[in-house]
Amino acid sequence: MTIIRRSGAVAALLLTTGLVQAAGDADRGATIVMQGDGQGGAPCLACHGTDGAGNDAAGFPRLAGLDAGYLAAQLRDYRDGRRNSPVMAPNAAHLSDQQIADVAAYYALQTTRLMPAEQPADLLVRGEKLVKQGDWDNYIVPCESCHGTGAQGVGATFPALSGQHPTYLRQQLEAWKNGTRSNDPNQLMLAIAARLSDEQIQAVSAYLSQQPTQGSKP
Amino acid sequence: MKPSTYYAVALLSVISLPALSASSVPVELPEYKEGQYVHQAPTLDDLMNDQSLNPNLREVILKGRDLFMNTQQKRGEYVFNDMNCKSCHLGEGRMNWSGPVWPAATTLPDFRGKNQHVNSLEERIAGCFSFSMNGKPPEYGSDDMLALVAYHQWLAKGAKVYETNIGGRGFGHLGREPEQPADYERGAQVYADNCAVCHGADGLGQKQDGKVVFPPLWGDHSYNWGAGMARVFTAASFIKNNMPLGKPGSLTDQQAWDVALFVNSHERPQDPRYTGDAKETREKYSNFHKWTRYGTEFNGQILGQHDNTGDKPFLKPDVLRPRTFE
Repeated sequence: MTIIRRSGAVAALLLTTGLVQAAGDADRGATIVMQGDGQGGAPCLACHGTDGAGNDAAGFPRLAGLDAGYLAAQLRDYRDGRRNSPVMAPNAAHLSDQQIADVAAYYALQTTRLMPAEQPADLLVRGEKLVKQGDWDNYIVPCESCHGTGAQGVGATFPALSGQHPTYLRQQLEAWKNGTRSNDPNQLMLAIAARLSDEQIQAVSAYLSQQPTQGSKP
Repeated sequence: MKPSTYYAVALLSVISLPALSASSVPVELPEYKEGQYVHQAPTLDDLMNDQSLNPNLREVILKGRDLFMNTQQKRGEYVFNDMNCKSCHLGEGRMNWSGPVWPAATTLPDFRGKNQHVNSLEERIAGCFSFSMNGKPPEYGSDDMLALVAYHQWLAKGAKVYETNIGGRGFGHLGREPEQPADYERGAQVYADNCAVCHGADGLGQKQDGKVVFPPLWGDHSYNWGAGMARVFTAASFIKNNMPLGKPGSLTDQQAWDVALFVNSHERPQDPRYTGDAKETREKYSNFHKWTRYGTEFNGQILGQHDNTGDKPFLKPDVLRPRTFE
């Protein structure tokens, strides 16, 4: 995938994903974000904001700065029923591949100011340990082994987790655990999520939400 | 994976109701054989909480652990490819079935078939750097080497010295050869279905911000032709019990053999023991290379017949030399 409006680092990163999808146009994406798709889909900004900040309390994920290939894949999965959300399903239902690529290109380029809620110190310590060292004796590999150093994300398949809202992270891990999310390749995330205790889910979500990330304003 | 689990997961993706019963991916590791010695290596927490340990020693062990986990910090000095020690020795080098490194501390010095002489622990570590890291080992007796040795020895804490019948040691539990010959084409399919998502369709791995996340499995930045992992049986057992990450035992034995053959049929940096002729080198080190494809013909080429040492600006580190004790 390539992005028309800005080339540089983002496009180079996306090229390495090896996925050939429609090229996204961030300007066209902005129109959908602001006005909806004209076919009943709500404007994305209603929940995710124009800058892709999302909303922790409501469980709306931050989209700013996430990999465009990853964002597009998730939107296609919502549209095609591979990922389930009563909120997202009707909004993604009528998006074309091109519109999805445009919206993804738009949010991949956004930056937002992150002000994560404070978290208990002991939770952060346990979370950091899981992210960097894992819990091998329970065969929980470190988050960083797939999501990269600092959990900044790798390509279109392994999203950035750092700076993501803790409520959303927790909900997603729980969704894998209880079987309501299953759009990971080869069950790679299911394998780990199913082994995480509720307390471990709290800890990784808390820690990751505090970490600096691409897509945050300096 | 058990068929029942397949079935449960397939259902989920089709009917997608909320709050279905939980599914999971089993961790299927081999049983220890009767009579095998089993040691569980201590954890980082154990290290930090051990009050009997001299604080200076703890620092040195931690330095060794840091070198082990992030060997890339020595890129261009000791390491000339994209590997870290932990790339093959998963779980901090302490996991059984993932090439736990502590047996090197309890069984060496001992005779090694690979170089036909009695090796020290330092020499064994130097072997990893020379072959798997396509590099130049830290000097014997250096601070970095001592730190690595200290980490190995720490992991061996409480383990029985000279015991060699060790459960979960190394990468060899599938034996030396498969019942049904490994097949390149089948291996290519296994690779595409299970491995490419992380290691790339081109096998070159993936980086993020210049840091290796998924190591390359072939090419200039992978292990060289002299690495233990270049042996098909070693790779097969490694894959069976460690890959895909988080799903040990999920591939069948045959899939592991097939994909190991596929991976190890690709070019990689030259064996440091190269004589200038891959067939001759294969013959000279036949006790090792009879398990690799090095020096054999594949797709009209002799694998390993080249002068490519990857990023390493030399062929052979000085430490690779025979010992005679005379």
